[in-house]
Amino acid sequence: MAIEFGPAMVTALIFGPLLTGVLAFLLQRPAVADYLSILIATVFLALLIPFSGLVLLEGPLLYQLGGHPEGIAIPLQVDGLSLAMLWLCSILALVVAIYARAWIRQQKPAAGGEYRVLWLLLWSGLNALFLSADLFNLYVTLEITTLAAVPLVILSRGAAPLDAAQRYLFFALVGSILFLLGVALIYGHAGTLSFSLLAESDVSGPAATAALLFMTAGLAMKAALFPVHSWLPLAHSAAPSPASALLSAIVAKAGVYLILRLWLGPLAEAWTPSLAQAMGLIGAIGILYGSYQALRQNRLKRVIAYSTVAQLGYLLLLIPMASLMAWNGVIYHALSHGLAKAALFLAAGNLIMVLGNDRLRNLAGCDRMLSKNIMAIGIAGVSIAGLPPTGGFIAKWWMISAALEQGQWWWALLISLGGLLAAAYIFRILRHAFFLPDPYAESPLREADGKLSRALVWPPVILALLAVFLGFAGELLAPFLEIGAPNGRLQP
Amino acid sequence: MAYTAMPLWVVLASLVAGLLILVLGEPWHRTRVAINLGAAIAKLVLVGIMLWGVARGHEFHFTLALLPGLELKLHADALTMLLATLSAILWLLTTVYAIAYLETSPNRARFFGFFGLCVAATMGVATAGNLFTFFIFYELLTLATWPLVVHRGTRESLRSGTLYLAFTLGGGALMLLGIVGLQVISGTTEFLPGGFLNKDHAPAALLQGLFLLLFIGFGVKAAIVPLHVWLPRAMVAPAPVSALLHAVAVVKAGAFGIVRLVYDVYGLELTAQLGMNMLVAGAAAFTIIYGSVMALRQNDIKRRLAYSTVSQVSYIALGVGIGGPLATIGGLVHLVHQGLMKITLFFCAGNLAETHGIKKVSDMNGIGRTMPWTTLAFTVGALGMIGIPPLAGFVSKWYLGLGGIEAGHYWVVAVLVASTLLNAAYFLPVLKRAWFDPPPDDRPTGVQEASLHLLWPSLFTAALAIGAGILAGMPFSPLEWAILITERVYE
Repeated sequence: MAIEFGPAMVTALIFGPLLTGVLAFLLQRPAVADYLSILIATVFLALLIPFSGLVLLEGPLLYQLGGHPEGIAIPLQVDGLSLAMLWLCSILALVVAIYARAWIRQQKPAAGGEYRVLWLLLWSGLNALFLSADLFNLYVTLEITTLAAVPLVILSRGAAPLDAAQRYLFFALVGSILFLLGVALIYGHAGTLSFSLLAESDVSGPAATAALLFMTAGLAMKAALFPVHSWLPLAHSAAPSPASALLSAIVAKAGVYLILRLWLGPLAEAWTPSLAQAMGLIGAIGILYGSYQALRQNRLKRVIAYSTVAQLGYLLLLIPMASLMAWNGVIYHALSHGLAKAALFLAAGNLIMVLGNDRLRNLAGCDRMLSKNIMAIGIAGVSIAGLPPTGGFIAKWWMISAALEQGQWWWALLISLGGLLAAAYIFRILRHAFFLPDPYAESPLREADGKLSRALVWPPVILALLAVFLGFAGELLAPFLEIGAPNGRLQP
Repeated sequence: MAYTAMPLWVVLASLVAGLLILVLGEPWHRTRVAINLGAAIAKLVLVGIMLWGVARGHEFHFTLALLPGLELKLHADALTMLLATLSAILWLLTTVYAIAYLETSPNRARFFGFFGLCVAATMGVATAGNLFTFFIFYELLTLATWPLVVHRGTRESLRSGTLYLAFTLGGGALMLLGIVGLQVISGTTEFLPGGFLNKDHAPAALLQGLFLLLFIGFGVKAAIVPLHVWLPRAMVAPAPVSALLHAVAVVKAGAFGIVRLVYDVYGLELTAQLGMNMLVAGAAAFTIIYGSVMALRQNDIKRRLAYSTVSQVSYIALGVGIGGPLATIGGLVHLVHQGLMKITLFFCAGNLAETHGIKKVSDMNGIGRTMPWTTLAFTVGALGMIGIPPLAGFVSKWYLGLGGIEAGHYWVVAVLVASTLLNAAYFLPVLKRAWFDPPPDDRPTGVQEASLHLLWPSLFTAALAIGAGILAGMPFSPLEWAILITERVYE
């Protein structure tokens, strides 16, 4: 029996990292885990190219895992949004794996081996989450990601990470319960959990709305949306730097990804425009509050983590603006933010390694000795602030266009203001780095040069440059993003 | 193909040089100098070819689709060449000057890297073929100049840098809203002679609102009062940066944007119908007077020059606002003339500070005896600013005045007279001090000039400022070129 490329690829994406993780755990050989992680990420990236082509040619794909009939099998789907997230995940998996290998060698943390296994498990969970097309499986994948992500935070030993992880766990578990409650309501109401079957049945009325709100609240807790965000800045800044990068760039987004899926997909009949505006408002407050907090922090990783709280807010704007342009803009934002945010955390990790801590005032003079790192922060920051020529700018252009086209000018104002606030906290970091202190001689920076290997210096630079590349790839990628866009729900 | 894509090459010439210098890093001193000068000369040649081509009516364009329906578009029309030629010539001179000026200071790779990026962004602004592209380079210019403004890394320079960013990025954000708004109502952002907008696109109030958003965005960089606050504070940057900021890059990009906005986005007719031309002219006139009055009160040489820039750059906007062929010529030609004169003055200020540590007007007594050539160049720049014939500044003012009378706006003449008197009031006492007052006792007697690499660029730009005035009637002079543009606008 010939194996079809599509289903095989989907299966590999879900089970590949998992099996590698199990193998790495059993072998207890860190080097094998490192090489295997790098290898499968490379293979995934190579295969994602024909896979994306396939999806472009054939339209959104829908598979029933194991070939069972619909309703019994596990349905998996691939559309533009899932493709974007799969790409992001694989790119980061590769770059961060290279970084993490060098990082573990240099730092020699007690829990290096656990990091690798947990990440491989997390990666499987994420891929499954981005591919799943029914509510129960989504619940399962969500749990896998939570259970893998929380321990990543504790890998840096100490009281603060433990406290942060505890909060994370608490929020995530309450979130799970709320989500499950919503799922149960839907099952009681419609008798099915598969997206495609839900789309055929009429899921509306108060019960459906209540279910949507329960699930949204649960996901918001996992995604750290305002006002249930308080765990994220603690957890993401306490985690080891490679883990911070992955958590902030992808894991936090998984929750928002699901919110968007639900609102625009199977439950699109369950909400009213005013509810959509309310979701936008939650996003807006998140943007403003997260940026404000980012401006007030004195530690680099805290600034970057609060920035994530702010940047996640933009994704919610798709709900009130529901148009194809907003869809493109939001996915583009998710991509460029993912690359740029990971670059920021990896660069921060390097600075911590040299300076011993991440206090902003200790950055003085850094641009001289660690110019590549500061450059990576600068370029990634420019993308976060939505300034040209970066992916962040293209995303912002699309989102502002979408807002103005629909006459919802208030979102355009918000996006503009959010960009300015982001520029403010990014340039605050750079300002500290450009400051030249007088007694420069005693700074630990003087020995910085030899301390960082190339495998540590280049990953953040490469990620930042990829964010710049996105600034030129809008025309190229737009057709892919639009695959399977929920046209019925979006304005043309 | 390679020939028609010329605008791309001129942008890349400095972009690649800048990036290369940044990547190479600090130790490569000789290579850096070679790249710098090589790229600047190559660019001058490319711009020269393009100038010749545009004069003969050749078309230059390069497009790259960035988004569905939106292109990064570079082109070269007559207006482009005004800014492109100015910045190509002055980039070379400033590079020579800066290499000498920063000879021993740290972080030269970063400095020259961003210097190159800054010029690349200016070229992008000059060659942008639509508002979308213009915006990209306009913001890039902000980003590339920030490291130059804060180059010294002192608290004061960092504070100035923050102020600079707050103004320019804030203006940029408003501008972006305006540009997207225009794109949404008209479906395009393409610069067209006569403008791409017409009354039917949207209600007048909306068109006025969008004009205002863009005008504020440009006004920040063009230092139109009250958006000028950042400019005098940015004086903490090294002298070559100030020279570049004031003469070529930042303020010129703003003024150039106003020109594009009125001619190629709204068109003269629609601008006048919306009453926006009077807004532009009024804001410019107020800025001219306000800047001059403030300049009178500054003792710091560079701050006095900075307020002078606030005042002088608005001549360009004034000419655009008044409208009519003569005023247009006056405004456009001032884009070049102000650049030549102002860069001379800043080079001289740098020479004074670098050679004798003179930073205040009150310390300039008798400096003409110690540094005769620098003082001579300074004198040419100052007299040109006042508008003494036959220097370049006179030509600008003459056409602006005639344009005001032609358009029936006699108040323009009053503004020009007042500005001339004020210019004289803040420049002539400086010249008197420098040439005629006795030097302080502690200054050594005899001639002690700035080093040759600092002196030659200053004298050369001074000569250009004289030449632009005396030879204004020659082909390819700034005036002839401004007349050519105006003919194409009013044909």
